[in-house]
Amino acid sequence: MALLELKNVHTYYGNIHALKGISFSVEKGEIVTLIGANGAGKSTTLRTISGLLTPRQGEIWFEGQRIDRLPPHEIVARGVLQSPEGRRIFPRLTVRENLEMGAYQRKDKAGILQDMERVFALFPRLKERLNQKGGTLSGGEQQMLAIGRALMGRPRVLLLDEPSMGLAPVLVEQIFDIIREINQQGTTILLVEQNARLALSIAHRGYVLETGRIVLTGTGQELANNPQVKAAYLGEH
Amino acid sequence: MAVAALPTPTVRRTLRMTLASVFGPLGQVFVFVVGSAIVLSIGTLLIAFLLRGTRADVDLVQATLVILPQVIIDGLVRGFLFATIALGYTMVYGVLEFINFAHGEIFMVGAFAGAALGSILVSSGVLNALPVPLYVVVAVLVGMVVSGLLAVSIERVAYRPLRGAPRLVPLISAIGVSLLLQDGVRLIANLSGLGFNARFQTPNFGPPLRLAEIPVSEDRAIPLILDVRALTFIVAAILMLVALNYLVNATKLGTAIRAVAQDRPTASLMGINVNQIIALTFLIGGALGGAAGVLFGIRVGTVNPYVGFLPGLKAFTAAVLGGIGNIPGAMVGGIVLGFLEAFVASYLSLMTAGAFSGASYADIVAFSILILILIFRPSGLLGEAVSQKV
Repeated sequence: MALLELKNVHTYYGNIHALKGISFSVEKGEIVTLIGANGAGKSTTLRTISGLLTPRQGEIWFEGQRIDRLPPHEIVARGVLQSPEGRRIFPRLTVRENLEMGAYQRKDKAGILQDMERVFALFPRLKERLNQKGGTLSGGEQQMLAIGRALMGRPRVLLLDEPSMGLAPVLVEQIFDIIREINQQGTTILLVEQNARLALSIAHRGYVLETGRIVLTGTGQELANNPQVKAAYLGEH
Repeated sequence: MAVAALPTPTVRRTLRMTLASVFGPLGQVFVFVVGSAIVLSIGTLLIAFLLRGTRADVDLVQATLVILPQVIIDGLVRGFLFATIALGYTMVYGVLEFINFAHGEIFMVGAFAGAALGSILVSSGVLNALPVPLYVVVAVLVGMVVSGLLAVSIERVAYRPLRGAPRLVPLISAIGVSLLLQDGVRLIANLSGLGFNARFQTPNFGPPLRLAEIPVSEDRAIPLILDVRALTFIVAAILMLVALNYLVNATKLGTAIRAVAQDRPTASLMGINVNQIIALTFLIGGALGGAAGVLFGIRVGTVNPYVGFLPGLKAFTAAVLGGIGNIPGAMVGGIVLGFLEAFVASYLSLMTAGAFSGASYADIVAFSILILILIFRPSGLLGEAVSQKV
């Protein structure tokens, strides 16, 4: 049984039909990536999984339970955490408070402190900024904080929306190394990316989205070598 | 090149950090309170000095000085009244960007709850046997519970179903709730025998405290007095502000309130139950309003169903003056407005030889100064650029 499974999910923004029957699955321990152009529905998919949007049709299953009618906080309670597009750091909370909000539903104080140390081991910069307001961080630091914040909820699956957006190339490489490391430590990851080359290089499997539909699927390697993908998303001819 | 390693901050929260996060904002408020009291006092003395020749019967400077401590105490009481009510407006605005225009009526219901408690205690014959501090604690708690629950119910019934509607719709709903509460309370007050002008019965607070004697001339001295009810108001308000700052700045729930205020969808992605936090905000704001209502009732002695309108409006202005959505801002705005009113009410008549007799002009002058402040600083005294949400 897949850890996370979407079955024929249709999501609308008002009258706009954004997801037109998406089906895919994520197995425990994988990195799965959704790639596609702007407006293909990648972020919409993540927002639907997290419960910010409710699908008009279709089902979402997580660990054998249907979650597509649950409010966002109950989906988080089941272990689905998201680092949203544009980072969405709480600008007037400190780095510490941002991280504490990631662990909002947890009561184990010792475990929370332990996980905070784990986040600092991944992102030492955050420890230096601990009592600074989130809004004063640089873009790269905010991205680290957004990922760290989601990790604080001990995710069973971590949804990452465009972690490379707006970052310098050297920082992007660094963030992706850390994403792989997080996965190797045992966290399942669903990664949404415009930077298809990088995403496919670390993903076990991938799905290609075009205007609300999945048009291609395969392992990261297969997709990276697929001529259509090369032409459309990797800029090769 | 050797660079000294920066000491890494400890991950665990220390007591010092907690205290700093509670008293830091209160320190800011304190500076504003003392600052505005000093500025207004100096300004008034200056005017008195300049107008000294206009009155033959009294020495304006001396008269100004003699009543100054009383005016400051009066300003503090008015200020804390506005501040405690303004907090309800500003907190709800912070999480919902919505002005709860029924908040003045929530204050009024708190005052009526206190009046009802007083009348029950009188009829059971225990009121005057109660020690004053115990009475104050019980009455304030009753007001807080009644108004807090009322505010939560109003949110659930009249605002939450309209959450997705255009902004004007919940505003109209709030005005409706406001009218409903005024006339509902009027009906209940008349039927229950409390009456339209309900007496706010309290145990005897005793004579005012004489703090000092100010010698005016060789054979005359004016006593500096502090009314026990005013003192009660100030002490209770300060305690509530400390508690509120602790809750909002040093607890997880408070952090969640601020997170919801800054970015509601992302807060829900953190696992925060946004509806619960919004209800909590109404509970806190309502409880503060209810406490203010009871303290107001204790101080003035009677309450009526329309008693919430003007303080509500002024507290709203205070919240805007301080920077709407900003919690220390609401406290500062309330106290500054209170001082302005007290100074105008006490000194205008004196300075104009009675041509403008004080109290009725207090509102005009206070609101005019406010308009000026808002023209030059539209985000409010402590306002940051919170209005631009991405």
